[in-house]
Amino acid sequence: MNGWSALDRFLRTDPQDVGCGEAMEMLHVYVELVASGEPAEQRYPGFAAHLQACGPCGEDFEGLLAAIRGRVD
Amino acid sequence: MLVRVALGEAARRGPRLRITGPELDDLAHQAAADALMAITGKLGQFRGESRFTTWAYKFVIFEVSAKIGRHFWRHPAVSLDAEDWERLPGRFGVDPAHQAEWGDLFAALRRAVDSELTARQREVFVAIVLNDVPLDTLVIHLGSSRNAIYQVLFDARRKLRAALAAGGYLGHDSVGRS
Repeated sequence: MNGWSALDRFLRTDPQDVGCGEAMEMLHVYVELVASGEPAEQRYPGFAAHLQACGPCGEDFEGLLAAIRGRVD
Repeated sequence: MLVRVALGEAARRGPRLRITGPELDDLAHQAAADALMAITGKLGQFRGESRFTTWAYKFVIFEVSAKIGRHFWRHPAVSLDAEDWERLPGRFGVDPAHQAEWGDLFAALRRAVDSELTARQREVFVAIVLNDVPLDTLVIHLGSSRNAIYQVLFDARRKLRAALAAGGYLGHDSVGRS
């Protein structure tokens, strides 16, 4: 990726992006959909758009997904 | 169980964070303890939309994020409001040897930052993009919320893209929310 495409990608905004508030509120639901192989991105495109654009929420998503995949309960 | 999740999450993020050993373990234990408080306080909000453990683990992950943000607030690698614009091309992966080729684009971006953004948008852009301050650290520094800072940056990105597109530096984007 060169400077132009990295900048282009960073500045591109998705009007469906739900923002951090909704993402944090529903993260547990979305993560279970992903973990179970459901088409989570299709069902919640605004949620998926947010996770792609927001580093902290994307990191939380990866962390929660790893946690539930490793659970023993 | 919460401690184990916190330790796992801290270990997952640790290699990228320059936090190791007892400090990382301490962070994880504090995160688990605070998550337990959050879970206890929010039990009435659990609506059965997921397994209970998934819902509970979410608060552990949030607390690990918050503790890491606080760690970098106490030990900043760069001043939160420093303005070294020479770093800007490198933040988008441009090799220093080739920065001259991208000079016009990044000069236009800097002009747009100065002319298009509000003071708050500029402050957030400089901290996060120029100085690589973690968003959760900036949240603490500004006494704000992740959602509010993200929204400020979202609007700044939209404005900057429109300015660069108007100048012929980038293609036009779909219409963003206002």
